[in-house]
Amino acid sequence: MQNLAEISGGLSYLEQSEAVKARLDRMKAREVILQVAGLMKTFQTGKSEVVALDNISFKTHRREFLCIIGPSGCGKSTLVRILAGLETASGGQVLLDGHPVKGPGRERGMVFQGYTLFPWLTVRKNVMFGLRMNNVGRAEAEKQANEWLALIGLERFADAYPNQLSGGMKQRVAIIRALVNRPRILLMDEPFSALDAQTRARMQSYLLEIWKKVDITVVFITHDLDEAIFLADRILVLSAHPGRLQELIEVPIERPRRPEHFSAAEFAATKARLEALIHPPAKPGEDEEAYPSVPLLTDVRDEVE
Amino acid sequence: MLQVSDAAIRPAADAETGDAVPGQWFRVRAPLSRRTRFILAVCSFLVPLALWSAISYVPFIWHPDVLISDPGDVDYMLPGMRVDKATFEQEIQNAKVNKTNPPVGVPCNPVYLPAPGDVAMAFYTSFTTPPADQDGLWLHQSLWQSIQTIFWGFVISSLIGVPLGILCGAHSGAARLVEPFVEFFRYLPAPAFGTLAVAVLGIYAGPKIAIIVIGTLFQQILIIANTTRKADFSLVEAALTLGTKNLRLLTKVIIPSTLPDLYRDQRILLGWAWTYLIVAELIGATTGISLFITQQSRYQHYANVYAAIAMIGILGLGTDLVLAALGRKLFPWDGR
Repeated sequence: MQNLAEISGGLSYLEQSEAVKARLDRMKAREVILQVAGLMKTFQTGKSEVVALDNISFKTHRREFLCIIGPSGCGKSTLVRILAGLETASGGQVLLDGHPVKGPGRERGMVFQGYTLFPWLTVRKNVMFGLRMNNVGRAEAEKQANEWLALIGLERFADAYPNQLSGGMKQRVAIIRALVNRPRILLMDEPFSALDAQTRARMQSYLLEIWKKVDITVVFITHDLDEAIFLADRILVLSAHPGRLQELIEVPIERPRRPEHFSAAEFAATKARLEALIHPPAKPGEDEEAYPSVPLLTDVRDEVE
Repeated sequence: MLQVSDAAIRPAADAETGDAVPGQWFRVRAPLSRRTRFILAVCSFLVPLALWSAISYVPFIWHPDVLISDPGDVDYMLPGMRVDKATFEQEIQNAKVNKTNPPVGVPCNPVYLPAPGDVAMAFYTSFTTPPADQDGLWLHQSLWQSIQTIFWGFVISSLIGVPLGILCGAHSGAARLVEPFVEFFRYLPAPAFGTLAVAVLGIYAGPKIAIIVIGTLFQQILIIANTTRKADFSLVEAALTLGTKNLRLLTKVIIPSTLPDLYRDQRILLGWAWTYLIVAELIGATTGISLFITQQSRYQHYANVYAAIAMIGILGLGTDLVLAALGRKLFPWDGR
């Protein structure tokens, strides 16, 4: 924390450069794609009722990149699953282009953490799947799938099965499998958390590259603060138990994003704010259960730390 | 004091290479080389065969009876007769006392345990021996009859059981409607329906096929339903977000994703069907390999009985090996 404050040099995450402000203003001038109003989700566990999401409201504009972040148990996965239509809300409304969302549909594509490619289909047929399910002819679906595969440089693997691909390749295929359907919005539920650090960094840059070229609005769930800041236009911060909206942060970093931005002052300032929201200084009495201290179990007397 | 030595860390690495680690003689699920796997598979047949051979050919192991070669002056004995050792020794004592010719014989096993060589011989001769009756069947014809019974029993059972099982596995309502009754019915022993099946379907192929169907179908519905239920639901969710609806979720996602497992189930269930074969064939007019077995055991030709039982085993295992190989061709994406 101290460190972040030093890097940011007293800069507030609320200060935006002219370029950033202009870009965010342009974004906000675009039409609203997704509107969430007073969303509630309660679970019944035994006789008691647990509130998972409490009165969540926000909107995303066309071609916005929105990250949703929060501590574990804040219901961010539940939120995105409700947006996808895989779960039903207990109250409130989700509007896509002004129409209420009922059940899953092709206009809301989703990328899952566990890839979820169909193992019995080749890479090409995985990409064709959504088109075929929406009654696009085989030849046309194949043509579009080939175009998208060429776009992400995986045309060589078109006839391979998913279990022959690396994790990064699988997730690239999963992204275009959703995009080939031309969804209005792309929902991503911690899509890169199963990847190793190096692949994850490359995938983040690559996702931004795709997002820049395609007319798509992204709602991206993550628990990684750096990832959220690097990717997002705006970050929606949730609190846990119950999941409430804490703050909608506008990321004051210019685009295009580059790895150098990780050490920028704006980055540190934003991260310091996120840290403060997500890991607030523990109040006495409501701290997490403390781990016991470990007694010395070695005869070797020199200190390692 | 906690101690972590190099040796404690090594086995994890060696578990992957299959190399031996000194001092560790029992390694859980250590991988085997191709060669070792082959040798062990051959041994799994050779070891029982060796035991059987030892009992049959080593005279001092077991051999409780005596095969008479010359009855001497014992009037009730005939050459080729088996008597137990105690009787044989009693007669030798009697012969000594009465000064008559003693019987002569060699130790042998009871008639119900023929030697492997005799069974192997019987395996060959039972195919070359013409049927005893004029309208009787050659062995290969009997076997073909049995295979047809199994085939139709299993096909009819699968035509009902597989679609119904998949439906139950995919749809909670269907499962609640079907499964409680099936759970009840599967405890009813199939042979108990024998006389009923004969009354309804006559004495020929009908009731036999029915017994195999009754024996297989109810287990099949539950097994297929359970396998279908284990389909990876995240794939269903992915398909939903891609715009898949209703029955297409079943035909394009659930069935293809569980197909290799369903195929494995079918292989196990086919083995199940075989176990009902003998009971089924004894119902009504006895037919097929069971007719051969019952006739041969009536004449105490146990070598032939063993040969026929071995044939069932070879047919069953052979079919399964072929189906397993076919499965690897059909589901190249299936890792298991």
